[in-house]
Amino acid sequence: MSTRPNLPPLRLHVPEPKYRPGDEADFGDIAIPAAGATPRPAVDAAPAAFHDLAYGLVRVLDDDGRAIGPWDPKLSPDTLRGILRAMAKTRAFDERMYRAQRQGKTSFYMKCTGEEAIACAQAYALHRDDMCFPSYRQQGLLIARDWPLIDMMNQIYSNKGDRLGGKQLPIMYSTREGSFFSISGNLATQLPQAVGWAMASAIKGDTRIASTWCGEGSTAEGDFHSACTFASVYRAPVILNVVNNQWAISSYSGFAGAEATTFAARAIGYGIAGLRVDGNDALAVYAATEWAAERARTNQGPTLIEFFTYRAEGHSTSDDPSAYRSAQEREKWPLGDPISRLKQHLIGLGEWDEERQAAMDLDVANEVKAAQKESEKNGILGHGMHQPMSTMFYDVFETLPWHLEEQKQDMLAEAKAAGIETS
Amino acid sequence: MARMNMIQAINSALDVLMDRDPDIVVMGEDVGYFGGVFRATAGLQAKYGKTRVFDTPISELGIIGVAVGMGAYGLRPVPEIQFADYIYPAFDQLVSEAARLRYRSAGEFTAPITVRSPFGGGIFGGQTHSQSPEGIFTHVSGLKTVIPSTPYDAKGLLIAAIEDNDPVIFFEPKRIYNGPFSGHYDRPAKNWSQHPDGEVPEDYYRIELGKARVVRRGADLTILAYGTMVHVAAGVIEEQGIDAELIDLRTLLPLDIETIEESVKKTGRCMVIHEATRTSGFGAELSALVQERCFYHLEAPVERVTGYDTPYPHSLEWAYFPGPVRIGEAIKKIMKD
Ligand SMILES: Cc1ncc(C[n+]2csc(CCOP(=O)(O)OP(=O)(O)O)c2C)c(N)n1
Repeated sequence: MSTRPNLPPLRLHVPEPKYRPGDEADFGDIAIPAAGATPRPAVDAAPAAFHDLAYGLVRVLDDDGRAIGPWDPKLSPDTLRGILRAMAKTRAFDERMYRAQRQGKTSFYMKCTGEEAIACAQAYALHRDDMCFPSYRQQGLLIARDWPLIDMMNQIYSNKGDRLGGKQLPIMYSTREGSFFSISGNLATQLPQAVGWAMASAIKGDTRIASTWCGEGSTAEGDFHSACTFASVYRAPVILNVVNNQWAISSYSGFAGAEATTFAARAIGYGIAGLRVDGNDALAVYAATEWAAERARTNQGPTLIEFFTYRAEGHSTSDDPSAYRSAQEREKWPLGDPISRLKQHLIGLGEWDEERQAAMDLDVANEVKAAQKESEKNGILGHGMHQPMSTMFYDVFETLPWHLEEQKQDMLAEAKAAGIETS
Repeated sequence: MARMNMIQAINSALDVLMDRDPDIVVMGEDVGYFGGVFRATAGLQAKYGKTRVFDTPISELGIIGVAVGMGAYGLRPVPEIQFADYIYPAFDQLVSEAARLRYRSAGEFTAPITVRSPFGGGIFGGQTHSQSPEGIFTHVSGLKTVIPSTPYDAKGLLIAAIEDNDPVIFFEPKRIYNGPFSGHYDRPAKNWSQHPDGEVPEDYYRIELGKARVVRRGADLTILAYGTMVHVAAGVIEEQGIDAELIDLRTLLPLDIETIEESVKKTGRCMVIHEATRTSGFGAELSALVQERCFYHLEAPVERVTGYDTPYPHSLEWAYFPGPVRIGEAIKKIMKD
């Protein structure tokens, strides 16, 4: 250690969120550009032209719910209602599955409350066969694509109907048919995989693109860097979405670098188009995704989109956010709630009203409830064995090698000797 | 038939398969235009084009992550990791992703990738060009691990590995790329052109994964080895004039347990040789399996001759390497009991 008297001692900066439990949250200092203020570049614009977009915020809906500016995707009222319904259904699904976990029917659940616009509006902007590489908080993709809720619930309950045979933690869905890649517990691994899938699509001269999602916390993983590098180098037809919901469990976004820059701005250094978007504005989400998809589809390369949003609830059923953040943040969040904002917009267009909203809410709640009832007929976690014990050995490899066959036989013999039911 | 060294045999395997299957892509650091730092992919880009054989950024994580995504799409990627010592940045993608994709998606998505990587010591590679990390991968359920020891096997096994629908780690013992190695580093090196296993068919053939090769029949001792150590062991057996049965495992996982069991039950003695460090190395698994399955036939404890539990040294390479002296002494010891 050197302590030269003529030099000040060095100090380590450790980020600290502005508000902790008990604090009065105030987001007044967050710069929120007015709706319609951010320009919309041509889909073939050079990556270097995205500086303002990477530090700005693409917004379409203003405070009164009007759609303004160049990013207005001019969707039909039917499409708007479809997105609204998908968001409402996602929220209802989350509520019910959260409760199911609390009732001990399964081990774990994660909500996406406040972030519904991202997955739901994006599902509408992508083609049904574009491949999605999601994180665990894009259940809205499946719901917006009308994937059967029962199938999702079967997975959550690890029951007899679970296509994944009870092998995966709840919410780690997978469906090839639904173009929804198997979710992994390891953060950010899906990012380079999505780039690889997109490269493969380009190698084969396909027309499908890939899209992938991670939280802002996960951008600190090396996979994010590798994905951006490969996407840029090979101009892969991929959309890299960063869902900046401010929190990674208890760590605020400052620990992923948010104090110094935006996540969209990361794109600039990689030579990738970068957009920063109001993640609670379904129209802006749709428009940015449609733009990025067209860019990818026309061989103009990848786009990195940061969705600025707020994780309105706990990280998961294992988390209590009151232990690390101000309880009021959710109410004070300046970008509001995505469902209320789209609802207000539709009402303003004369295409919706409170009664229809109430009826829709009831309808999706009933749909979710009915699906739950149906799914629970296949069993819930912990109530008996839903898969024959031997199935745990299958799908490690395409065929069962001798050592797994032997372990399987040993297990069955031991269970039999102990009088345990094996299937 | 043609005369090939191991590099040429690997090149030939890639060539033969790429010609048959348009979904095979080869990628890695320097593998494209240049043809690889060991020349294993020489000429392939010129023949199959830049979208099937291409250079990548220097990111092992990226190479394997991208390959997993390509595999999920339906391609059959053959990524190269320049040295096995540099596979660790990709470890998460291999262990958490490639190895588990089939399992966690109940077969919906798979990772039919073959990761080629030069491994092993004996070339004054020091700490980061000599490692033998196979035991780290055999510990991972969902991965297959293959190590050839001759040009003939290298081609046949690589073809089988690429055609396999599971992820395969294919470690190439770079010490014997050009010729077999007896472990006598002070003697002139031999070339594969003087060895019968340097005869390699020019077209397609495959050697099933999971089948060991009995290099030499014998009655008094079973020696289990793979990669470079097969040749070192063969040299010592000859020098000592003992009647040992030498088994080249070829595939570590799935392992050819039948061949091992049959041999040890016949000889009553078993020695395991590998370059990798000892503790928790693959030799420990082999030793345990032999002990469990051949206990009543064993006339002596299973002997392990391995690298020491240190990082791979540079100047003391020949003291570290399990060469003829160390193997010779171990044979004397095991035969005494
Ligand atoms: C490689 C890895 N490290 C740590 C974890 C544990 N973990 C699960 S979620 C999470 C926070 C992720 O935060 P973020 O990326 O911001 O996504 P969010 O949960 O906010 O959607 C952590 C640390 C993990 N799953 N994988």
